[in-house]
Amino acid sequence: MKIPSPPINPENKAFFDAAREGKLLLGKCFSCKALHYYPRAICPFCSGETGPVAAKGGGKLYSYSVMRRVAEPYAIAYVTLEEGVTMLTNMVDCDLDRLKIGDAVRVVFKAAEGGEMIPMFTPA
Amino acid sequence: MSLKRTACIAGAFEHPTRKAPDKSTAQLHAEVARGALADAGIDREDVDGYFCAGDAPGLGALSMLDYLGLKVRHMDTTETGGSSYVVHVAHAAEAIAAGRCNVALITLAGRPRSEGSSGTQPRNYGASAPDAAFEVPYGGATVNMYAMVAMRHMHEFGTTSEQLAWIKVAASHHAQHNPHAMLREVVTVKDVLASPMIADPLHRLDCCVVSDGGGALVVTRPEIARDLKRPVVRVLGAGEAMKGQSGGRIDLTWSASAWSGAAAFAEAGVKPADIQYVSIYDSFTITVLMQLEDLGFCAKGAGGRFVADGGLISGSGRLPFNTDGGGLSNNHPGNRGGMTKVIEAVRQLRGEAHPAVQVKNCALALANGTGGQLGSRHGSATLILERA
Repeated sequence: MKIPSPPINPENKAFFDAAREGKLLLGKCFSCKALHYYPRAICPFCSGETGPVAAKGGGKLYSYSVMRRVAEPYAIAYVTLEEGVTMLTNMVDCDLDRLKIGDAVRVVFKAAEGGEMIPMFTPA
Repeated sequence: MSLKRTACIAGAFEHPTRKAPDKSTAQLHAEVARGALADAGIDREDVDGYFCAGDAPGLGALSMLDYLGLKVRHMDTTETGGSSYVVHVAHAAEAIAAGRCNVALITLAGRPRSEGSSGTQPRNYGASAPDAAFEVPYGGATVNMYAMVAMRHMHEFGTTSEQLAWIKVAASHHAQHNPHAMLREVVTVKDVLASPMIADPLHRLDCCVVSDGGGALVVTRPEIARDLKRPVVRVLGAGEAMKGQSGGRIDLTWSASAWSGAAAFAEAGVKPADIQYVSIYDSFTITVLMQLEDLGFCAKGAGGRFVADGGLISGSGRLPFNTDGGGLSNNHPGNRGGMTKVIEAVRQLRGEAHPAVQVKNCALALANGTGGQLGSRHGSATLILERA
């Protein structure tokens, strides 16, 4: 399945550079120490400066939906990472009919059309 | 400043078309503007405030006012997706109370049906949207971003597809009386469940129609509304809110309607139990369920039981909703349903709904709009209206 390329800009470039190395980055605030996703330069909770931290890569399926009325069905999903933040993603490399909320999942990286690596999840 | 009774909806017009391949979007705006002014009995020269949202072609109010040939002293292009027009009524009331205008015109129009739009197409708000890089690769469309809310609701509260289907069944019962409705056939729970699965757990009949068309409203001050020949519908309370992904602290079990509703009820000084009719944005069946719970018509998680067994059917159910057939069966002009929600609430308060679905002595109504995607970021706007 073709994965549309993400529009990369100066603020999100580090995220996709890390993804090429197989790392999933979260944002962490230097002031309030809270983690956030998607990562941004200014903390959404306190407006402090942030930097990236790598997630361990494990999580649980929070919700999902399999799009059926398309040429190639796919599963959009929210995964809650071990670190506590929830991210939008796809479930891949699995039987889409057997997904269950609460499933243990782990991150994998898939190449988008332009070669960028995109974090997705598969059953752990 | 409270908006309570500071403004009235004097004119309301829903375009009768559901497919307009031979008209421009601007033309539809002009047609609904003319319709709402005629309904109010107000001359176009008296319009001194104009409101439009992202459906307006060109450079918002600038292009539209130039096209319409209107001269105003107040403009507002607040864009909150399908909820925009519910917000606009409140903002018009604010502007009127502040002396910025006397007669506010709000228009919506769109041609998604003629343009081949579908809720299964991935949504893209442009490369510069701050979230774009973290969403575009995953195929977030309209339908699957609502479906994930339904999936979580089922997981948390045991809500079933049968219960969601009852929402569509009620809408279809109402649409059978609306000669303009796109889908006039009464459907059953079985029909909904037998319709093709679009995005788990939402079937085709859990989804609203895609239609061309539009609508317009005229909001004015009470002194002016009193002198018109139409029944007076007053703004009693309003609220607006947005809820998003909250930096990754995502909870799909409740929507921004919890905030907009609480604000509107507090301003109006009424309770959910006082409301006789509700217009609830029905982009999908789950959208209705979430709003009913978040507005306080039932407890969180109890929405499935609330809507089941015809709970929303006018005349027999506990809370009559969307008596025009709503977005599910009647019309969803421009993929933006907030306008038609306000229009049907006005019809109910005037006693001008179809006799088969008219709520007896309807004096207090609520219209609620959502915009954007419930599963990622959405706006909610609540309007409580009374017959004077």
